[in-house]
Amino acid sequence: MPNISHHPDEVSVVSYRFGKGAANIDKYLELGGYESLKKCLGLEPDAIVAEMKASGLRGRGGAGFPTGMKWSFVPKQSAKPKYILVNGDESEPGTCKDRLIFEHDPHAVIEGVIIAGLAVGAQMGFIYLRGEYRYLLTIMERAIADAYAKGFLGKNICGSGKDFEVISHTGAGAYEVGEESALMESLEGKRGIPRIRPPFPAVVGLYGGPTVINNAETIATVPHVFRIGGAEYAKLGTERNGGTRLFCLSGHVKNPGVYELPMGYNLKKMVYEVGGGIANGRKLKAVVPGGSSTPVLLPEEIDIGMDFDQVGKAGSMLGSGGVVVIDDQTCMVNFALRTMKFYQHESCGWCIPCREGTDWLKKTLTRFHAGGGVEKDIDNIRYLSENMLGRTFCPLGDAAAMPTIAFVKKFRHEFEAHLDGKPCPYAHAEDLALA
Amino acid sequence: MPDVTFIVDGKQLTAPAGTLLIDACRTAGIEIPAFCYYPGLSLQAACRMCVVRIEKMPKLQTACTTPVAEGMIVQTETDETKQARKATLELLLGNHPLDCPVCDAGGECELQDMTFKYGASESKFVEIKQHREEQQWSPVVFFDRPRCILCYRCVRMCGEGMDVWALGVQNRGVGSVIAPNRQDHLDCEECGACIDVCPVGALTSGTYRYKTRPWEMNHVATVCTHCGDGCKVTLGIRQDNDGSEVVRGDNRDKSGINGDFLCAKGRFAFDFVNRTDRLTQPLVRQANGQLEAVSWEHAIQFVGKKLTEIRNQRGGKSIGFIGSNRTTNEDNYILQKFARSVVGTNNIDHHRTADFAGFVQALAKHSAKAASLRDFESAAATLVIGGDPTEQHPLLAWNIRTNVRLNNSRLYIANTEKIKLHRQAKAFLALPAQDGYGSFANSLHAGGANDETKTFLDGLRAEESLIVAMGPELRDGTIAAIVAAFPQAKFALLGDYSNSRGAADMGLFPDLLPGFTPLCANATFATEYGMEFSAEPGLNLIQMLDAAARGDLGALYVVGSNPVSRYNVPADSLENTFLIVQDLFLTETALLADVVLPAASAYEKSGTMTNTYGDLQLVKKGGDRAGTRSDLEIIVRIAAAMGAKVNSLVPYGKGVSSDLGQTRGAQSGEADRHAVWLSAHNLEPRVSPFDPNAVLDEIHRLIPGYAGLSRLTLAAGNDQHLPSAEPTGLVQIDLSSHAGLTLPTGDGLFASGTLGRYCSTLGELAAEHPQSAEMATDASA
Repeated sequence: MPNISHHPDEVSVVSYRFGKGAANIDKYLELGGYESLKKCLGLEPDAIVAEMKASGLRGRGGAGFPTGMKWSFVPKQSAKPKYILVNGDESEPGTCKDRLIFEHDPHAVIEGVIIAGLAVGAQMGFIYLRGEYRYLLTIMERAIADAYAKGFLGKNICGSGKDFEVISHTGAGAYEVGEESALMESLEGKRGIPRIRPPFPAVVGLYGGPTVINNAETIATVPHVFRIGGAEYAKLGTERNGGTRLFCLSGHVKNPGVYELPMGYNLKKMVYEVGGGIANGRKLKAVVPGGSSTPVLLPEEIDIGMDFDQVGKAGSMLGSGGVVVIDDQTCMVNFALRTMKFYQHESCGWCIPCREGTDWLKKTLTRFHAGGGVEKDIDNIRYLSENMLGRTFCPLGDAAAMPTIAFVKKFRHEFEAHLDGKPCPYAHAEDLALA
Repeated sequence: MPDVTFIVDGKQLTAPAGTLLIDACRTAGIEIPAFCYYPGLSLQAACRMCVVRIEKMPKLQTACTTPVAEGMIVQTETDETKQARKATLELLLGNHPLDCPVCDAGGECELQDMTFKYGASESKFVEIKQHREEQQWSPVVFFDRPRCILCYRCVRMCGEGMDVWALGVQNRGVGSVIAPNRQDHLDCEECGACIDVCPVGALTSGTYRYKTRPWEMNHVATVCTHCGDGCKVTLGIRQDNDGSEVVRGDNRDKSGINGDFLCAKGRFAFDFVNRTDRLTQPLVRQANGQLEAVSWEHAIQFVGKKLTEIRNQRGGKSIGFIGSNRTTNEDNYILQKFARSVVGTNNIDHHRTADFAGFVQALAKHSAKAASLRDFESAAATLVIGGDPTEQHPLLAWNIRTNVRLNNSRLYIANTEKIKLHRQAKAFLALPAQDGYGSFANSLHAGGANDETKTFLDGLRAEESLIVAMGPELRDGTIAAIVAAFPQAKFALLGDYSNSRGAADMGLFPDLLPGFTPLCANATFATEYGMEFSAEPGLNLIQMLDAAARGDLGALYVVGSNPVSRYNVPADSLENTFLIVQDLFLTETALLADVVLPAASAYEKSGTMTNTYGDLQLVKKGGDRAGTRSDLEIIVRIAAAMGAKVNSLVPYGKGVSSDLGQTRGAQSGEADRHAVWLSAHNLEPRVSPFDPNAVLDEIHRLIPGYAGLSRLTLAAGNDQHLPSAEPTGLVQIDLSSHAGLTLPTGDGLFASGTLGRYCSTLGELAAEHPQSAEMATDASA
């Protein structure tokens, strides 16, 4: 097990029980576990939703949709059963936070699911783990079994007269099923292709019933919101971006790790103080702020607060919190290529622009990086990306297009340095193992 | 649903709320390109070709998933949408092989059409295209994998449409492939719908592969010559040395009674037309016992002389006629008119595939209505009792499945077998194998049914509007009981072969005149034919064969039928009968004949046919085979050789502007091409005594049930439902003998009686699917 990193600027909310053995239910209870559930069992559903709205919590998976508002979309009456679905398909490159929650605090996820169920009138929750997290499944299954045994799940939970069931399920290794409608398809046993929307999951979701889908970190934060109070949680962050979040700081920093910092924390500070600055005596070249789908930022662009709105204004996205720091010995063309290989591999293949576009981008970038590129390839790469943007069936196409457009725009000189059969200027660099 | 008003490309349009934007635009004549969208199948929004710009929505929207909304403002052809579509095409063409020169779809390819329209023909890519191997998935389905654009139409058509689910998608991303259900081949109903629905040349027909280009063919719309549904089939015809060759059959233009649908027989079982063992010369048995080729003139005169002799010496009652289930109404009508008015006999019958007389009688008795095939597309509730539509009436099965899938209609099935359609049924009642339908009929009236039957019947009786399809196992009293039990319903009887119903309607019966008119009510026909009718019924088919065996049948004239095979007739029982056989091939019956006359097939002549539901359609001459003659012509010429007045037999020459002398020749054998030439020159083709239109005049005028037919509708290529005949006096007649003479064919998807044996493709498919080939015939009443 890797060491739990610490930095004094951290504010522990969702990571409150990390490293304390809270996967064990007795320990979890000792650390105040399931108290929020008991509190919520005494609240009206509208009150639960109101508290979530007050917290300003926004989806931690990447889209940043206000959680309280999402829950309020679920219709009160429904002919079909309602469901809570936890999106544990953490697959965005650069993101490694949900795995820690599953490892260290699985009960927070369970507790959050039940509270969400109380808020919207659901009596069943699914916890979906990505297939590659099979080693965490045992921990989650054990936690669920323990919760049943102690009466937090099943019939008449905590003696409240209410029932709640939770089922865990793994995927089979696809990034696309992190998209919420593809997630539902996968859970229903079908190919992981997204659905046509509208209708949206809150109205027609799993098995046709109203479904709330939340990222694992979001759902795990829910009991903490009730532990410290919605308004208190909101105060920890910035306006319209309440609370804290887990940032996954990786790349060429001295102290890579997962850090829980307040929303709006300055990115430059994060790189140089929390991350300890660039390793190996090199200089900063670029930062990818929120996972590979987010447009890259140049060093002069990182003096911004890391919340959804500020990063949006800077032309990128807060995304999944995967902060990837890139030093000046890294070939950005190679970085773009490696990113595109991911999207080409993960494209579900449903729609033409993404299926074919990511393939041609990968092929073109491969040839280009190997020295076979010509001037018009650079425009072609941009053309392909621009014609994928906004044209695809789901945002994976956008996720592939936006970073590529940014790479070409901000590092055109590096692309040009590969023309005319010239070898990659960074070929000597030791950490070429990116490819 | 209330209408909404919205604006597309500056035009104000109105459509019911909930209509998809793509449909609303197409109805208004605004073209929106799409590969994956297919009306009637689930939405995909995968190809992104139908993107349009809708005001107030940030991204381009797919018109196929956007319902129209009040006040919506849409632009379909802006620079932005055109660029989006062009980029999509460029991406498709990136990996799509440059196969146009060798691809069967060339000239009919939607990708070609789109590329022409949006100008995406220059490639931006230099890397190697992704190649996958071509495969053959069945004798008739080829999959050229590299050409597939992953529109998923085939998957949905096979699944949702045909309920076979033999195609699926495997792998992910750019490695995605369409895969068949048996790894490297298909186990399916071989309907070939996937071929027609494929917008490119990925799925192609094995029988058509590499044969020709679409523009080298004439396309003729006619009616399939196989089952009783009467689907429209477009034949692709090409000229060749022996006349012309039918190269393919399909329904790509989705017109006619069958729309999107065509089954294996309609699509592939035309190859009998081109066989080298087609009869092309008349044959006469010589003294040495051998059949030898003779000229048409000799054959006709010989037959005429012999029949006249036998008629004069032994009377008309010693001559018998067996007609066909695949000849046109005009052929059938003239055959019985010839038999009755020239030969003077009522000994006329045919292989009865269903008890149509009992059916029509039951309807007349209860003033009940017949259901058209189209009624099954939209009925609120359907009862199928007996039969097996999936195997024997595939278009009916398609209509029922589509109705259930798209309109939530309710299907009730009562059957002695668990037929495949039970998958769509709201309720399925299993009937005992022994007299299952009889006991069902009893429980309708007598009560005493078990609980299961009671629940089933309660469900049926609660339906406000119901249509009932009855399989050929049901006859006479059983049919009558069902009709009586649901007097408000509409009914259909499922006979087989393309013109069984027509054979019955045209009076190929010893005891009924055309239109199910009883012999005793013959006044109209007596006046028309200028003769007196005996009210004495003639011999039926079995009786004729028995009489022949006894040596009492002087002559037997068999048209388009193979009774020796169908009824297991011993070869020597026809030794003492002058046997004339008019057919396409040297069948078992023809091999015993004294005279064999080569007939044109249903795909080589014009006329009308009536499907088992009573829908009338025009059959149009497609191919041509030198040496053959149409059945109508042969019969008329034999009549003439017997001294009959031809223009009493066929009411020709009554037209207004006949064109004596200007034609390419009203010569024998060119009748139908002649008619086509005449109508192309706006001349009424009434000169020819072989003209089926002239016969249709008389049918139209005289036959109950055909009085309301519209020549305009027919000529436009549309089907029309004929109201069931209300023949005078039919109700009082005892028709119970018909039940015992009914012999359902039991033909499944890959069998079609004798004709089917001459369809090599059908034979290959039957060999692949033995369980579907022949089904047991139900000989019990």
